[in-house]
Amino acid sequence: MVELVLFVILGAVAIFGALSVVFAKNPVYGAMGLMMTLFSLAVFYVMHLAHLVAAVQIIVYAGAVMTLFLFVIMLIGVDRDEDTSEKLPMQRQLVAGLGLVVVLIAGVAVVGGRFDWVRPATSTIEVNGTVQEAGLALFTDWILPFEATSLLLIIAAAGAIALAYYGPRRRDREDA
Amino acid sequence: MEVTAGWYMSLAALLFIIGAGGMLIRRNALMMFMSIELMLNSVNLTFVAAGKELGSLDGQLAVFFVLVVAAAEVVVGLAIIVSVFQHRSSASADELSDLRG
Repeated sequence: MVELVLFVILGAVAIFGALSVVFAKNPVYGAMGLMMTLFSLAVFYVMHLAHLVAAVQIIVYAGAVMTLFLFVIMLIGVDRDEDTSEKLPMQRQLVAGLGLVVVLIAGVAVVGGRFDWVRPATSTIEVNGTVQEAGLALFTDWILPFEATSLLLIIAAAGAIALAYYGPRRRDREDA
Repeated sequence: MEVTAGWYMSLAALLFIIGAGGMLIRRNALMMFMSIELMLNSVNLTFVAAGKELGSLDGQLAVFFVLVVAAAEVVVGLAIIVSVFQHRSSASADELSDLRG
């Protein structure tokens, strides 16, 4: 019962935040809506006993990524007169139709309740995503993707620095 | 009434649709990026719900890697947006037609 109430309230908050990302005129409001969605998803993760994922969601997403977004919004300014007219005919109707189809499929999934095509849990032990359990799995079964991740992060950081260093301004300076 | 994994997956599907719609409707590259983040997060919710349904920790670990890739993507993407903005004084995706696409 508690889970149902939480699901309805936080689900509504998440969808409201998501809609504000799509329809907000001011990008700052959109960023705040996205942050709201991220927080309600973090609560869902706690309800699924994914404690570490919930903590990382708050720290990395709501903390770091959204701060970066807000910094860039402040840096490049807020252009309110965004042109949202479409060049392709019927694009919006097509999107709405496709969205409706997916919602219908999801509705069927809810009515069906459990997923027959998913094999049932092999053990009755609840999955508990504590730091210890997640870390153990991360450094045994998932060690190769984990190491690949470090490479990806280094490449991303180097790429961002290169983009900032060899930006248009520097080229102007070197030409002069 | 029990809240099954299907409920969470339906919510995730709804959030994904909203994100995909935002990707198609918005023209500001920054808002398109936020829509991508929304889609990634909806998939994360699916991973966690499915992981609980299957009694496996792998769903939660997949979320970690999605998070890391999303963080790397945001760093590079925002650097490109700032770089483009310095060059053209606009963050609109429609005006990036230098390659005559």
